[in-house]
Amino acid sequence: MGVEPVYLQSQLDGRKLVLSARGDWVSARANEIEPQVDSVLRKRSKVEKVEIDASNVERIDTIGAWLIERLKRNWEKSGTKISVTGLDPRYKVLLDEVAASNREAPAPPMAENPISDTLAHIGMSAAESWTDLKALVQFLGHVVIALGRVAAHPSTFRFTSVVNQLDRVGFRAVPIIMLIMFLIGAILAQQGIFHFRRFGAETYVVDMVGILVLREVGVLIVSIMIAGRSGSAYTAELGSMKMREEIDALRVMGFDPVEVLIVPRLIALVIALPLLAFIGSMAGLLGGGIVTWLYGHMPPEVFIERLRDAISRTTFEVGMIKAPFMAFVIGLIACVEGLRVEGSAESLGEHTTASVVKSIFLVIVLDGLFAIFFAGIDM
Amino acid sequence: MARNGEDIIRVRNLRVGFGDHDVLKNLDLDVKRGEILGFVGASGGGKSVLTRTILGLLPKRGGTIEVFGKDLDSLGEEERQAIERRWGVLFQGGALFSSLTVRQNIQFPLRENLHMSQRLMDEIAFAKLEMVGLKADVGEKLPSELSGGMVKRAALARSLALDPEIVFLDEPTSGLDPISAGDFDDLIKALQETLGLTVFMVTHDLDSLHTVCDRIAALSDGKVIAVGTIDSMLESKDPWLQAYFHGKRASVRMNGKKR
Repeated sequence: MGVEPVYLQSQLDGRKLVLSARGDWVSARANEIEPQVDSVLRKRSKVEKVEIDASNVERIDTIGAWLIERLKRNWEKSGTKISVTGLDPRYKVLLDEVAASNREAPAPPMAENPISDTLAHIGMSAAESWTDLKALVQFLGHVVIALGRVAAHPSTFRFTSVVNQLDRVGFRAVPIIMLIMFLIGAILAQQGIFHFRRFGAETYVVDMVGILVLREVGVLIVSIMIAGRSGSAYTAELGSMKMREEIDALRVMGFDPVEVLIVPRLIALVIALPLLAFIGSMAGLLGGGIVTWLYGHMPPEVFIERLRDAISRTTFEVGMIKAPFMAFVIGLIACVEGLRVEGSAESLGEHTTASVVKSIFLVIVLDGLFAIFFAGIDM
Repeated sequence: MARNGEDIIRVRNLRVGFGDHDVLKNLDLDVKRGEILGFVGASGGGKSVLTRTILGLLPKRGGTIEVFGKDLDSLGEEERQAIERRWGVLFQGGALFSSLTVRQNIQFPLRENLHMSQRLMDEIAFAKLEMVGLKADVGEKLPSELSGGMVKRAALARSLALDPEIVFLDEPTSGLDPISAGDFDDLIKALQETLGLTVFMVTHDLDSLHTVCDRIAALSDGKVIAVGTIDSMLESKDPWLQAYFHGKRASVRMNGKKR
């Protein structure tokens, strides 16, 4: 037909207004009925009585009943008598039920002021960074106490748990770490050869790859990978344990969650990351070596010979010393964020993101601090 | 309008299993329009499996499920969605969306399925909240800020948002204190009367079974072993039903009633 069906018709009968409702007053038609109801309300004239004739209504549900109720309330407010006639008796209960609800208007949501909201937001995040720091320091203290307790009573050390975590964060990360570091070593070497060739200094590529991979890039990339791979897993695990009250359950059974859950995870990470950094560095050197051989036409024996001259034990040590510290920072941030998860799924997501972002940021800051320190002591 | 008393859900020869173990073995069940059917059975006996299979959350190995007279297997995507809009589900843990407020939770099905003004949606959400016995200010809270009973009520309000014809309730009164549980029973009864709902209720609550259920179906060993009113259950000679309805917990209740 193309014409929008009429659900509500108004007709003035002397001093009485008759509204005849018809059709299906159901939720699926709400978008058509509501404008008609509102337009009747808008042009309502001064009358003594209003009658809603519902004898032609086929079906009605809560939403339809509410729209009739809306009509009724508007006239009742101005003191006009209003009655509903002809409605199928089985719908009467529904209408009564709806009539009893929404009597008190809920408090309107607070008006938003963009300027003060922005200011409040800035203030809140500033205050939050302070609570963040406090929580981290507090947690560090807690971990140190738990570690001290474990050291004093080695029998409480959770060896199985540590091994399990080592398998998850260490052993299973080996393939991806090797692959990524192999590629990075290869790319470094290729770029080096490509640019050094102009100065005829291709042979120095070996120095560059060796020092970079062993001293900086190896441990940095592996740390970032582990922050994304294992740090996020720690946060999500601890967070969902917190949501399901598993951590509270541990506490009421007299266990310290830090000792049971966090110490093994931290220890596993502190053991695994240096090992992964070593494996990763070797893969990086291998990648660099293969590219210098195939692309730079330098035989492997020469590569190894030059590498021996280019790097010292210090280069290797500087890289390796950093690894456990990086691991500790990643583990600490991941666990703190995990324990700060609250009830909702959204909160879990937020803290997992925060965990990865913060630990990558801190890993890079830490790397910078180490660079200054090692430069200071001439290493 | 369909008449009361016809079968709104018809399950025939339903087989559902995991691995090499069948949980439901050739199960038959009818739910009549407008009734409250209480579904009882031992814990782990497959009550939730049946509910989830009817809802399409679990695959079945055999048999047919008809809802509103339509075989669910024969439906296309759109027809299936149309049917899903005509039923509401109250999950055991509420399953409210944790990142939305209660009001947004109730409005979610309205917003997604219908084109309504925000004003009407707000009014409807608050009306639904009041119907389930919650105050309007609960609407602005997040699910994590609610107590267990409030979560159940809010979840019921959401399942009723689209005025469904059937509601599935999975242990609606578990975890509630007896007063709240009693109120919840009254609420379900009242909603059934006002909205003409058909209610499929999985429950262990003997009080609910006595006070609100029109009929009771008992599941044992993967089959419905008896269907009938509470009185016929009490009179049944089946040992499992005897134990269920005349066990220690049940007799405390019965004695209390006689006194």
